[in-house]
Amino acid sequence: MRRISRLTPPALLGAAALVLLTGCLGSSDSGSGDQDANRNAEATKVELTIGANSVKGGKNSAGATFTQDVLIPKFVEAQKAKGVDVTVKFQGDGSDDEVYKQKLSLDLSNKSGPDLINIDGIWVGEFAQAGYIKPLTDTVGDAAKVDEWDGWKQIPESVQQLGMFEGRRYGVPGGTDGRVIYFNKKLFQQAGLPADWQPKSWADIIAAGQALKKLPGVTPIQLNGGTAMGEATTMQGVLPMLVGTGATINTDGKWLGNSAQIREVLDFYKQIYGSGLGDPVLQREAKGRDKSFAEFAANKIGILFEGDYFWRSVVEPKEGVAKMADRDTAVGYALIPASKPGAGVKGQDFVSMSGGGATAINPNTKFPQQAWELLQFMNSAEMVEAGLDGAAKITQRTDVNAKVLAGDPMLNFVATKVLPITQYRPGLAEYPRISAALQQATADVVGGKSVDDAGKAYETAVEAAAGGKDKVTTN
Amino acid sequence: MSATTEPVPGRPARVRGPAQDVAGLGIGRAFGFVAPALLLIGAFLVFPALWTIYIGITNYRLTGVEAVSPSIVGLSNYTRALNDALFHNALWLTLLFVLGSAIIGQNFLGFALAWTMRRARPVVRRTVEALVLLAWILPSTVVAYLWIAFFDRDTGTLNSILGTQGTAWLIEYPMACLIIFNTWRGTAFSMMLYSSALQAVPPSQLESARMVGASGWQTLRDVVFPHIRGHVLTNTLLISLWTANDFSPFLLTKGGPNHESETVPVYIYNVALQGGELGYSSAISFLLLIANLLVALLYLRLLRRRS
Repeated sequence: MRRISRLTPPALLGAAALVLLTGCLGSSDSGSGDQDANRNAEATKVELTIGANSVKGGKNSAGATFTQDVLIPKFVEAQKAKGVDVTVKFQGDGSDDEVYKQKLSLDLSNKSGPDLINIDGIWVGEFAQAGYIKPLTDTVGDAAKVDEWDGWKQIPESVQQLGMFEGRRYGVPGGTDGRVIYFNKKLFQQAGLPADWQPKSWADIIAAGQALKKLPGVTPIQLNGGTAMGEATTMQGVLPMLVGTGATINTDGKWLGNSAQIREVLDFYKQIYGSGLGDPVLQREAKGRDKSFAEFAANKIGILFEGDYFWRSVVEPKEGVAKMADRDTAVGYALIPASKPGAGVKGQDFVSMSGGGATAINPNTKFPQQAWELLQFMNSAEMVEAGLDGAAKITQRTDVNAKVLAGDPMLNFVATKVLPITQYRPGLAEYPRISAALQQATADVVGGKSVDDAGKAYETAVEAAAGGKDKVTTN
Repeated sequence: MSATTEPVPGRPARVRGPAQDVAGLGIGRAFGFVAPALLLIGAFLVFPALWTIYIGITNYRLTGVEAVSPSIVGLSNYTRALNDALFHNALWLTLLFVLGSAIIGQNFLGFALAWTMRRARPVVRRTVEALVLLAWILPSTVVAYLWIAFFDRDTGTLNSILGTQGTAWLIEYPMACLIIFNTWRGTAFSMMLYSSALQAVPPSQLESARMVGASGWQTLRDVVFPHIRGHVLTNTLLISLWTANDFSPFLLTKGGPNHESETVPVYIYNVALQGGELGYSSAISFLLLIANLLVALLYLRLLRRRS
């Protein structure tokens, strides 16, 4: 008995399991192309879920509040007038972007997840390749229905790119942003620096940092670095600096390897974190970015590189995650300078980076038509304007921007001074892995490695991520 | 485990050849009895293990083209792992973690507690046992939160106690923190196991040892240890395997800073979900599975040799 039970059943089970396994992986989406886009189009009882990385009282609180308290009730009301009983749920999340992305990809790979999904523009490529999202015309079925939506005319081409991949629309973008330098005017005054500070080169930033260093208990500069902050390191740190050296991360389909410009950026990190101008420990902490916000709000950080998100959702006096009651008087903002005047990309003196999210329809939604209706409603001029609620944000719609631009000086600054000089990240499927390599390179430098060593390791990582030496350029 | 059976002189420890059908069930019915258990084991243990092996030979990814149509890449995931400096780093850190927190930390602290509490007043013993048990039964997330608060750089308890404001313990000494944390977390099991093992030591022998003037160490070595050797091995086996597979370090440090506390389970998670490389992470999971089996076999051999 003992012998039999020891050998036979495992062997049998193993054989059975192998039979089950064969050919399971990845082939799972072959059937979804046949789904009828008009399924449940006439339903009178509809349930939809909106998923976004925002949560009341936490991350992007204003967005979650608006969706739950204004958008959903209004949509339900409008549908009721048509005799359709809609229930819309909001599936909020308040985690780091990387964690949100993992959760979403796992949901989508199992054909579940919310009906409308809010994603970062740079994920569109890899999600589309994986079949997790489909072109809107495929999901909705009727190409004319999608393309004739009047909203598209109001969304600038560069912003529409945020929801596109290989020339097809996967989602409706939700506005854009721009990166600037924030500084604490109170600390600047103590350090004898001007309240209308505008650095003209990286050397000016270092000089201001050295003046701030004399103040006790103050970290002069926060330039996101390291892997713990994820994309925030790439977007707020490496890329704005890189375009300041005249290079872009992808030129004509080739990724930038261990070039002089990359080393110049890494050397700038070295100058900040190797000489006490920045706090290297903060870059390595698991919650470092949140802590940097809190420290800035507590007047402990002098200079911080961030997007306009920082202004409207972080130090915002009422709903921010690190509120500053005196934001309007205490926080200054300036353009990010190129390494030297004229050395930036396209010969610019000042540079920036922009990004933004898009809302896509889950291809496995039970109600594709109603989801498209909700998506249009969400991006109507009325709702986009209502969503602002007086806050500063560059929306996706030109008509709305024209109305609200004048109201907020910061918004105005970003729209008129930053957007004309900004750059977008390449919407390519390899981008997230290249981004991870950039983060690792800064982590190496912040952790004490030499610029040369970090650059060499970066080169290896980029070649692996890009899929070969021939897709990487070093000049 | 066989450790609790008292060896009887002259009788062979194991029955050679197939066991007799004592219950008189016959093979068919006997198999019927164990079938439900085997099915469960098959569904939740054998199947996932085979699935892991299968994914491990593909380039399956969480997103991108390879998520839809992964292809078989043979053993290249395994050859990559053998040359992956980060995987070597993870193996080394896991070894440190097991050695420091399980084999040394939990084992010794658990035994010390069991030995000293043996003679303590019941009220003291119960209190200590309750506190140690509490560390063991609290949910990981709660415990992680408490320890992050304890080690925190700005307002951490440890910095307040030591007066070392501004020391980021989890950043500067991540592995040491994790080892201390896990020793605290898991000592309860060793303590309980040794408490009951020590009951098996005949008081008369301890008494005799005292009579002939044996020192504390000599008593431990020559009287206590021979009685509990099996328990020591069993305990060490269990806690090393648990520790090697423990994921709670992730809750404290996420493997950071810069991979300095990335033990193998954390590395697998980071590769699978942050890097999206499900194929490669499955290959590493399988290597971890093999390592676990090897450790288990080694311990079982040691255990067998003793009898």
